[in-house]
Amino acid sequence: MKFADTTVSNERYEENTQRLSKRHIWNKAFKGICFGAMAFSILMLIVLLIRILTQGIGFLSWDLIVNFASRNAEDAGMLAALAGTIWLMVVAAPLSFVLGVGTAVYMEEYAPVNRFTKLLQTNISNLAGVPSVVFGLLGLTIFNRLLGLGASVLAGGLTLSLLVLPIIVVASREAINAVPTDVKQASYAMGATKWQTIFRIVIPTSLPGILTGTILALSRAIGETAPILVIGALTYVASTPSDLFSNFTAMPVQIYDWTGRPQEEFQNIAAAGIIIILLMLFFMNSIAVFIRTKFQKRF
Amino acid sequence: MKLKTVWMVPTLASMAVFASACGGGGEEPGGSEESSGGEGSGEESSGQEGGSGDIAIDGSSTVFPIMEAVSEEFQKENEDIEAPVGVSGSGGGFERFIEGETDLNNASREISEEEQEALEEEEIEYTELTMAYDGITVAVNPENDFVDQLTYDQLEQIYSDDSDAETWSDINEEWPDEELDLYAPGTDSGTHDYFVENVLGGADLTRNASTSEDDNTLVNGVAGSESALGFFGYSYYSENEDDLKAVPVTDDDEEAVEPSPETINDESYPLARPLFTYFKNSSVEDDEDVEEYVRFANENAGELAEEVGYAAAPDSVYEENEEKIDEAAGE
Repeated sequence: MKFADTTVSNERYEENTQRLSKRHIWNKAFKGICFGAMAFSILMLIVLLIRILTQGIGFLSWDLIVNFASRNAEDAGMLAALAGTIWLMVVAAPLSFVLGVGTAVYMEEYAPVNRFTKLLQTNISNLAGVPSVVFGLLGLTIFNRLLGLGASVLAGGLTLSLLVLPIIVVASREAINAVPTDVKQASYAMGATKWQTIFRIVIPTSLPGILTGTILALSRAIGETAPILVIGALTYVASTPSDLFSNFTAMPVQIYDWTGRPQEEFQNIAAAGIIIILLMLFFMNSIAVFIRTKFQKRF
Repeated sequence: MKLKTVWMVPTLASMAVFASACGGGGEEPGGSEESSGGEGSGEESSGQEGGSGDIAIDGSSTVFPIMEAVSEEFQKENEDIEAPVGVSGSGGGFERFIEGETDLNNASREISEEEQEALEEEEIEYTELTMAYDGITVAVNPENDFVDQLTYDQLEQIYSDDSDAETWSDINEEWPDEELDLYAPGTDSGTHDYFVENVLGGADLTRNASTSEDDNTLVNGVAGSESALGFFGYSYYSENEDDLKAVPVTDDDEEAVEPSPETINDESYPLARPLFTYFKNSSVEDDEDVEEYVRFANENAGELAEEVGYAAAPDSVYEENEEKIDEAAGE
């Protein structure tokens, strides 16, 4: 009996080790695939960065930031474009934040769950995938022509905020959804109204997620050329915007123009311009990271 | 406590953005004077053009480098007048011109009949000025030593969709049996339109050609393939002379001509094409700034065009332009 038992367990043991090693192989293979995917995207990013840095870093200069565009690449700068981009963000950031978070709060906390709201949710998610030119055409028709704002900073900012709104709504809803129900119920149990709960519990708790989503969405808006060109952004401007109704140019527009020029010097300063816009993006993304780590709460 | 920290974040964030925006504006020389009057008067002057000291210019990306140079020089002499230039393309620019949004529209082709009709409907009178010449350059790889010239017939055979030429030997038996690697500007480009109209006689461009709206892509294509052939604006050739070989072209059986600023200027190069700007007559008549700008452009465009890689138009063209401007200004 005892003897037989051991053989059985030995057989099982061997079978098990075989199975186990198979599983280990799979385990390793999957890890390899994931690592490959990561390595590929990082490699592409590094190649891109190296190419831009080697081409552009020698052409980074103070002139590039304080001069206006010029036909001579040595004198050309992107002051108008830089100021235009900052103005666009000044319009788009607060507006898309308020509208986006408002929509998300309504949909997560107030809206009844029925067919209509489900349809609404699907459509908002779909909107996030609409090509940016389409938003440009919308902006041209409504803000530029119908409301008579012209090709102004205001029209551009409004168009960009429409563009990023769906992304902010989706990100904010995720963040609000992640607020634990216990915490909310505890708030109600203390006698807080819905408004008080949302204002003091839900929004503060989900703020890191909301702000990260907002900043990432705005980082996307900064790089958009198509919608801005469609609403009528200029390419050569020798002044910075003085008010919301000034016409403007933006950094991606300037970079796009320079890369298309036949002269190699312009392609070099375009690379330098790309470095500047990358630095801006890097700065914005690090704000997002900072906010997330600083204000994150764990339950 | 909690309330405070919550609302501090967005407020601080937007304040930071505002502050940086103001910083950006402050660097501009003389910017503060402008912005002081800006906020109050902004709403009334919500229009984007008009007599606010701004000249609205838009249109072709091909003409853009010339107009950018004109505006740059013009604003050095007239600091209080702003003359920004947009790039909506010839067609997109005409759309805005028809809407009455712009004073000047640059075009790398002549105004179309439909656009003329639309302008008539809107009762907008306009004047066409030839600002400079561009020469569409047909180029091959520098390694290509067999092509010494091309006729219009051969170009048609190569680029027309109706033709079944696939190799260089299909065009000329003496040429090697290598596949044609063709590059051409995309349909949005005025260069494409001109080539189709004047060389292909209106036939479609062959689908075998790789097309791009960015002429630099075409240059790289031709520079990178020994059996390649492409065409693009002259400035893209002159900036890349080491990587390309321009092919002399003839539109009949006479001697083929190579593109150069001189042969484009005197129109002996058959693919020389004019670049235009169209101005709204009423703008020149009513607004002294626009009139001054148009005159300045006419006087300097030739020289500036050469500087940015195009060719000047013949002198007689600029003299003719001046008469047209006089007429429009009512002098």
